[in-house]
Amino acid sequence: MSNDILLKVEDLRLYFRTTKGVLRAVDGVSFELARDRAMVIVGESGCGKTSLARAILRLLPRNVHTYSGQVHLDGTEVMALNEEQFRRQVRWVKMSFVPQAAMNALNPVVRVGDQVAEPLLIHNHVKSKKEAMGRVEEALRLVGVPLDFMTRYAFELSGGMRQRVIIAMALVTSPVLVILDEPTSALDVLTQANIMNSLKRIRKELALTYILITHDIATSSELANESMVMYAGQVAERSHAGGFYKTPFHPYSKMLMASVPTLREDKELAFIPGKPPSLINPPEGCRFAPRCPERFSKCDQDPPAVTMEDGRVVKCWLYTGKAR
Amino acid sequence: MMESKQNGTLLQVRDLHTWFELRKFGFLRIGFVRAVDGVNFDLEEGEAFAIVGESGCGKSTLARTVLGLYKPTQGEVLFQGRSLQELGKAYHSQVGYVQQDPYGALPPFMSVKRILEEPLIINKALPSKEARLARIEEVLEEVRLIPVKDIIGKFPHMLSGGQQQRVVIARATILKPKLIVADEPVSMLDASVRVEILKLLRELQEAHRLGVIYITHDLSTIRYFSERIFVMYAAKFVEKAKVHELIHNPLHPYTQALLEALPDPEPENAETFRNVPPGEPPSLVRPPQGCRFHPRCTQVIQGLCDQQVPPEFEPEPEHFVSCWLYRDGQGN
Repeated sequence: MSNDILLKVEDLRLYFRTTKGVLRAVDGVSFELARDRAMVIVGESGCGKTSLARAILRLLPRNVHTYSGQVHLDGTEVMALNEEQFRRQVRWVKMSFVPQAAMNALNPVVRVGDQVAEPLLIHNHVKSKKEAMGRVEEALRLVGVPLDFMTRYAFELSGGMRQRVIIAMALVTSPVLVILDEPTSALDVLTQANIMNSLKRIRKELALTYILITHDIATSSELANESMVMYAGQVAERSHAGGFYKTPFHPYSKMLMASVPTLREDKELAFIPGKPPSLINPPEGCRFAPRCPERFSKCDQDPPAVTMEDGRVVKCWLYTGKAR
Repeated sequence: MMESKQNGTLLQVRDLHTWFELRKFGFLRIGFVRAVDGVNFDLEEGEAFAIVGESGCGKSTLARTVLGLYKPTQGEVLFQGRSLQELGKAYHSQVGYVQQDPYGALPPFMSVKRILEEPLIINKALPSKEARLARIEEVLEEVRLIPVKDIIGKFPHMLSGGQQQRVVIARATILKPKLIVADEPVSMLDASVRVEILKLLRELQEAHRLGVIYITHDLSTIRYFSERIFVMYAAKFVEKAKVHELIHNPLHPYTQALLEALPDPEPENAETFRNVPPGEPPSLVRPPQGCRFHPRCTQVIQGLCDQQVPPEFEPEPEHFVSCWLYRDGQGN
């Protein structure tokens, strides 16, 4: 792994206040991501993937209970910045976001071109509208939207084209890090493959760093250099892509991989019995233990994050003796 | 599934068309959306087959037409040799419908017990209250919503997505139908729950010898479920074959593209590009002349594919494909 770390997250926590108590959506997540790499975050719905993205981007709802930890981006500790500094210096300047199901969130009464230009104008990247439109054209060309679509409205575009427009909005300010939250989950297979192709090409051309959040493991392999499995607000396993897809370590990752239907090879599908724990008052000890086939007495205590020989990190008692 | 042949055909669909009128100002007819445009198939008793296609290709309309929810514009659906008009209301207790979004399909203010009791009352299947309750408990156990006592009084919002879908399946099977139409039954569920639900449907199908039409856009789940696959593109079937045959030897260029677009979880994927055709499916209001896939097809034959609609060829036994590439009876 290269030493050029772009993003370093340490012990990030995001708790929400709810009527039933404190919900620990992100509970002590740490990872680092090198420049020009793509990391996928996988996990079941409700495991805190999207909350993690929002915590990194500081796009928070009003009912935040705790928001702590450190996020180093490109050498700056961004958690120390105040709201205005963060908005001016980081969000959409250094990192941008493609939210989930965003293609339905385009403004129906603003032309596509003007909408893509919006982040540029708001963040004062450009002096004139004309310059902005030049950058918009560039961004749309990158994602493969025909330029005559600039004067159209969102409802005149198909789902795939709208999703491309949303990706263009994330690219137009030339960020270094793009967080993609389920960018293709609502799309058809062929469209999805086309957009994945575009994302790969863009990453090579612009030397971007991606974080891809998805629950679709087969599709996630399209972009992954590295992978992170989340379970109940915590990181279960962090690994290079080859390790995760070929030989997952954590019992949860193993079961997750076994439940992925594959097209070409014959395998008996397994499923994970039970359901994830509530994030309000999660169980003591390992959070996966109640569903885990390999649990033993130690699992009543919270397992440490074990760093393995090849740099993989597994939060499981099974591997404590095998640390490097 | 060899024995199924002896029992005869459950469902015959002949030259089915379902078109929707497009109107302007509420009365000017300006065209039709040809959602289903000339579809033929037979379903044997106890057989499961899958219909695959992208969204907007008409697969849900086909499902609803088969269920008798839409009236076909042309053509007919025969259930055990009798037309749907002839069967009338009696048909409804013979078919079950498993919807895509379980939460949207369950009435929010009804308990599980009422949801399941309603079809029994409406169809006058069981006259006594006790018999109905017994049947409800039996079905809940079958879909493994146990302990039944805990589940029966709950409302849909108190159940997880997987449990909700089990209630939907229980409702679809409570009248002991012969045919189940499952329209994307797992696409709204989490990956870990999908397999569970598919296995459950498969078990029910085998235990009760149900005919199942499984509609999906996800080719990778089909192998675990059905014997045959029909690939649908722009309101027509383009290829029909056995599952193994279709996955390992796809003939139609569209099927080939679909398979190419589907990744298996391999780390090498990140380094390679997928060879998929650009563009999007055509409008069903004015579909392209000739083969509907020809504007996106890489192997298009000028003067033929863009002029004439390809008929169904059978280049290999029981493997049908609507593509001019196979006009000599053999593939290339």
